[in-house]
Amino acid sequence: MNSGTGVAARILGTYAVIYVAYLYIPVLFLPLFSFNDSIYISFPLRGWTMKWYETMLANDALHRALINSLKVGLATAFISTVLGILGARAVTRYRLPGQKPVVAIIMLPLVVPEIILAMALLMVILRAGGSLGLVSISAGHILLCVPFAMVVLMSRFEGFDRSLEEASYDLGENGWWTFWRVTFPNVLPGIVASLLLTFTISFDEFIMAFFLGSTEPTLPVFMWNQLRFPKLLPGVLALGACILIASVFIVLIAEWFRRRNTLDSQSGDVIIG
Amino acid sequence: MTMLMNSTESKTVSQVRDYVSRRPGLRGYLLLSPTLMIVGTLMLIPVLGMAVMSFWQQTGHMAFDMSGTLNNYVEALTRDMYRVLFLRSLAISGLTTLVTVVMAFPLAYFIAFYVKRHKMVWIIVVTLPFWTSYLLRVFSWKVILGYNGAVNSGLISLGIIGEPLTFLMYNPTAVVITLTHAWATVAILPIYVSLEKIDRSVLEAATDLGDSPFMRFVRVVLPLALPGILAASVLIFIPTVGDYVTPSLVGGSDGYMIANVIQFQFGRGSNWPSGAAISLTAMTIVAILVGVFVWVARRMSGRRS
Amino acid sequence: MDNAFIEIIGVSKSFGSVTAVDNISVSIRQGEFFSLLGPSGCGKTTLLRILGGLEMPGGGKVMIDGQDITHMPAHLRPTNMVFQNYAIFPHLNVEQNVAYGLRQQRLSREEQMEKVSSALSMVKLEGFEKRGADEMSGGQKQRVALARALIKRPKVLLLDEPLGALDKKLREEMQIELRMLQQQVGITFVFVTHDQEEALTLSDRVAVMDEGKILQMDSPRQIYERPSSRKVADFIGQMNLLEGVVQSVGKRVTVRTSALGEVSVSENDQAVDVGDSVTLAARPENLRLRADSEPGAVRVTLAASAFWGHTTYYRVTASDSETDSLDVAQQDYAGAGRAGDEAWLCFNPEDLLLLKY
Repeated sequence: MNSGTGVAARILGTYAVIYVAYLYIPVLFLPLFSFNDSIYISFPLRGWTMKWYETMLANDALHRALINSLKVGLATAFISTVLGILGARAVTRYRLPGQKPVVAIIMLPLVVPEIILAMALLMVILRAGGSLGLVSISAGHILLCVPFAMVVLMSRFEGFDRSLEEASYDLGENGWWTFWRVTFPNVLPGIVASLLLTFTISFDEFIMAFFLGSTEPTLPVFMWNQLRFPKLLPGVLALGACILIASVFIVLIAEWFRRRNTLDSQSGDVIIG
Repeated sequence: MTMLMNSTESKTVSQVRDYVSRRPGLRGYLLLSPTLMIVGTLMLIPVLGMAVMSFWQQTGHMAFDMSGTLNNYVEALTRDMYRVLFLRSLAISGLTTLVTVVMAFPLAYFIAFYVKRHKMVWIIVVTLPFWTSYLLRVFSWKVILGYNGAVNSGLISLGIIGEPLTFLMYNPTAVVITLTHAWATVAILPIYVSLEKIDRSVLEAATDLGDSPFMRFVRVVLPLALPGILAASVLIFIPTVGDYVTPSLVGGSDGYMIANVIQFQFGRGSNWPSGAAISLTAMTIVAILVGVFVWVARRMSGRRS
Repeated sequence: MDNAFIEIIGVSKSFGSVTAVDNISVSIRQGEFFSLLGPSGCGKTTLLRILGGLEMPGGGKVMIDGQDITHMPAHLRPTNMVFQNYAIFPHLNVEQNVAYGLRQQRLSREEQMEKVSSALSMVKLEGFEKRGADEMSGGQKQRVALARALIKRPKVLLLDEPLGALDKKLREEMQIELRMLQQQVGITFVFVTHDQEEALTLSDRVAVMDEGKILQMDSPRQIYERPSSRKVADFIGQMNLLEGVVQSVGKRVTVRTSALGEVSVSENDQAVDVGDSVTLAARPENLRLRADSEPGAVRVTLAASAFWGHTTYYRVTASDSETDSLDVAQQDYAGAGRAGDEAWLCFNPEDLLLLKY
């Protein structure tokens, strides 16, 4: 390689580091000020304190919101992953006529502005005489999460060699045992990744939860409501910092499950080739 | 006679079973049907319901004249307030998309061509923020740009300014800055994937045939990366046009976007048909713009779809 | 066939508008090493998968050991398969892979271990029990796939291009081992390959397939020396194919070709009439070049030569026609072998094979 490439590598490398800093530093202001011993979110920092975390932990309304978020998140993760498994299995296993437009429809919620989806759902639920609450929020979240579950699981199922199932039949196992002994263990990491990622999306989601919820808010809505009171702002920062850390943690586990296996299958391919 | 009927009946049953097992497509659709049904119930029916309602007229609380009118659309397209909001939303998203993609490209290029080991670590680092709370990512800019926020208080405490700068927040610029940051992570992955897919020997061939590194970039890399650039643009442009959180938190009244008026019509304004018509108008305009954009971009690169 | 062990009777299979297997009937003896040979897409793998129950035939009947298995699902059949990509379960180690098919037999842990280690020693993989699927080379995976199938003691072992992914040297080693293994276990092998050399080396009998049909089914020697059609002749080994027209018929047939003039060849069971267009097939090693004329020799011009080690190939054209070129394989040609040189082409008419189709 000539020296020009070396200079380009250095310039691009520096740019990449700055870019990552740009991605992360703004968000880091939340935890930074959450430890600041001042009701105002401003420099200079006044000193270290844990009191915002203490007030946050003592807040009963927050506990209820957390429980609500967990309920919605678990229901969403479970249902959208099951739907994702069925859908991903169908499109990777069978050659479906008109598959492209059908998959495009399932993926549509990824690109339609959330506010429109939320308003349309709100309208239909109220017109049909339904009530708002955790169920309607979960419905909205399932709509948003199914495309993600499909993407995660489709890549897993595509990497899964069809002849493994055939080998199992050939060695004497019927459909059920083949699923249990071969298919399930091989797609399990994808299922775990899908559960974790859809849970995170639901847990962090605001628009659907805000418009399709009733008086009992989820955590992001609870946080939004707090924003109106400047006095409560440091507590919101503390809560936000906790949510950020929880999300990062869950997503890292999910990514570990997802990537570990694609790497496995890649190295397998290299050996065969 | 009964025997005959029985045998023909069981024959039809077995024929149906045969038909299903011989048509893998049909079995596939049976498997897909729960997913399709849920998505259909939760998205297609509501959006169709919205379309129907957009032709009604609000006459009172939850009371509608269902005879069918285009008034809501006429209003959505002609009222100055709506026109300003539409144009502002499109301008803000367009600018956001442009800045985000231009900023993301060098990074994606770096990861695809210069990172040799730990590629996955880089990918995870740049995509991780995507999975964190959107609300919090936007909120952090309120903390930074606010009247008593990090920038103002920081500059004051350093003695650079005496009074807080008021132009930092509650305007379209603040919305663009915030959106650009909030969506940065979405742009990288599609561009990276399209760059990563480029066969390295194609680049060597371009050099071998006499292209300088710059010409090679323009003539080979950029055209091959186009699908990723288009995907990134679409994935950012469409959702940001309808974004609600960012204009509400940092936009102020000067930075309000179309989502704010949609929410108002369905909420306090309590004019559902009008809200529905504005929503559908917004979706149509965006769909047309995206279609034209993709078509022109493909045309310019001189490739078949 | 008298003692047929596998009987495929009029089996067909289509995928959409494509007919993969077209009304094929085959009988295979017990303990036979039987190969299905043909280019990719000829239907050989589909026929193998029909035997294994992984595809259901659209019509026809399949019998193994007197039992009609046409509609029997794959997991109940007395057949086992070695897959083209081996299909080693990636989440299981070697031992678990090999023992996979033993679950239904409800063996004790000791019995199972014993079976696994004897299967592994059969394929020379002792000591690999705890290896992961991703820690093995292609050749080792292939052995695991073999052991995993053989441990079931199938009546028939189906092999779908099992050596295709191996490099040349390893492939030749495995061919010998496979043949020895088959003689040792005495199981009927049905072997699919597109490599004609492999099919001829390994098999007791070979079926040459093309476009869903069997072109010829015979011993390797017969297929090599007496191909029954132009297609088989072209597919198996190097072969010169010369177009000609029948001049007279009888016990010997006179054929006029533009390259060799009029030649009298044996009838070869081909019912031909005067005026028929036919093909004369000649192996390069059955032709000879001489610097000097001799009775019955044809004057040719050397176009090119290629040294192959054990022999040299010469491409020659008959003087009176530029398009009629033939390949000659010869070790001891005395001439310089430069392009443009003149030479005499000698042949024994008994080595020329008359083919009608």
